[in-house]
Amino acid sequence: MKLDEIQKRLLREIADLHAVPEGAYNIRSNSQMAGRRSTANIEITSKTDVSGMDIRIAPFTRNESVHIPVVLTQTGLKEVVYNDFFVGEGADVLIVAGCGIDNCGNQDAQHDGVHRFYVGKNAHVKYVEKHYGSGDGAGRRILNPGTEVYQQEGSLVEMEMVQIKGVDDTVRTTTAQLAAGAKLLVRERLMTHGQQRAISTYVVELNGAGATADVVSRSVARDSSYQKFDAKIVGNAPCSGHTECDSIIMDNGRILAVPGLEANDLDAALVHEAAIGKIAGEQLTKLMTLGLTEAEAEEQIINGFLQ
Amino acid sequence: MLELNNVSFQVNEDKGDKEIIRGVSLHVPESKLVVITGPNGGGKSTLARLIAGIERPTEGRIRFRGRDITDMGITDRAKLGIAYAFQQPVRFKGIRVLDLVRIAAGKELSAAGACEYLSAVGLCARDYIGREVNASLSGGELKRIEIATVLARKAALSVFDEPEAGIDLWSFQNLIEVFENMRRAIQNSSILIISHQERILNIADEIVVIKDGRVEAQGPREQILPRLMGTPSAVSECHMISAKGGTDA
Repeated sequence: MKLDEIQKRLLREIADLHAVPEGAYNIRSNSQMAGRRSTANIEITSKTDVSGMDIRIAPFTRNESVHIPVVLTQTGLKEVVYNDFFVGEGADVLIVAGCGIDNCGNQDAQHDGVHRFYVGKNAHVKYVEKHYGSGDGAGRRILNPGTEVYQQEGSLVEMEMVQIKGVDDTVRTTTAQLAAGAKLLVRERLMTHGQQRAISTYVVELNGAGATADVVSRSVARDSSYQKFDAKIVGNAPCSGHTECDSIIMDNGRILAVPGLEANDLDAALVHEAAIGKIAGEQLTKLMTLGLTEAEAEEQIINGFLQ
Repeated sequence: MLELNNVSFQVNEDKGDKEIIRGVSLHVPESKLVVITGPNGGGKSTLARLIAGIERPTEGRIRFRGRDITDMGITDRAKLGIAYAFQQPVRFKGIRVLDLVRIAAGKELSAAGACEYLSAVGLCARDYIGREVNASLSGGELKRIEIATVLARKAALSVFDEPEAGIDLWSFQNLIEVFENMRRAIQNSSILIISHQERILNIADEIVVIKDGRVEAQGPREQILPRLMGTPSAVSECHMISAKGGTDA
């Protein structure tokens, strides 16, 4: 299947893809498979009962990557996709997902992706997910990602989730369960405009001794947009967890931060931090003394903050 | 270069208007280093903010290279060639030292180009270039980065508000060299430093003493400095150690 220019642009935005990626990949475009490749160590197969894929990564696979971008350019299209990742023991891989929607029509376009990660002992997964919307139709662009992570002993999962532009409505739900010695690092960056709404919920359960989690969100709410960040870390064993929400509000933007901690073990060490505020006046002043206009200064501050 | 004519500045407080600057007139000549000194709370920092455009005078006019800039905003004054180093440098989450120096230079500066400015203020550039200008940097490091951003601007008039405030003596020794170097390369530019430091006063061409919002004295260093020695307007480095942390608001 051939991709048109809009689809190619979406791929660049969400996966930095300019050509066919190295390694294993599956490109999904308007609910159709636009290309797929398995490798000796990474096998991608379609599910038979529901829409989606199984991605099996062989134990001790090293320095390989999987790209699974999704693009939607058809107005009115609504899909739910289930992708399951089985990461073998000791594997070390990069997984790049992401969804771009270009909706020029009057009907909503919606992609709900459910990703489940079964991460084997001592495996290391770096997961990058970017969401992007464009098109000036009245139809909304809706993305509801659900992410479930199951980490075995000693595994490490790093997640980078980015949604900077154009998604009208998003409810993202991330849950994780960590066994002994497992580590989860989440870096979320979010910016909302106009009337957009974004809700991000995390529930991380630290179930084994020495498990650690660090969930950090940086977000900017502009215009009349609304965000809710609800992150809960549950310590069921001697473990350490940290969650942080750092937000900038502009115009009539609104943010609700609900950091939550639950300690069910005497040796669970849990910390949360949350800060919401407008851009500090002196930051604008400093950049203006360097010759930037107020608008340029604002842009630099936001770009830096979301980097 | 810069002229202040009868500049006043007052703020509204609960108890009524309070005048911070009262009819100040002063002149910063071309290719000269002028130091403004005087007791704490006398209005020196306010004067620097009025020059940078952060505050606007309630009365009087400010002229820069013959042009009336009284009604100009911060950005326009910066573009005209006025640089300003904050007494308390601002922190930014996510903006790197390299980004800030690049913004200051106003062009796509190479990392090596940015390193030159950092080296000039005594920072080992390679260690700093990629760091964020955030709370992980010490007061002394932030202060030097602040001065590096002013150097990078290559401005016609560089204003420094108490460069010695909030840094340790060791860093201060290095900073003196920075100003001595700037003094040597002053051709076609001017420098205005707010300071109590004897060693900074020693490299001034002219000294202005501000007290209670007024000019108490101004003139060539040779004339003014002898009168100031031993007063709070000119403290030596030994005093700096005992009076550590005493900065002007």
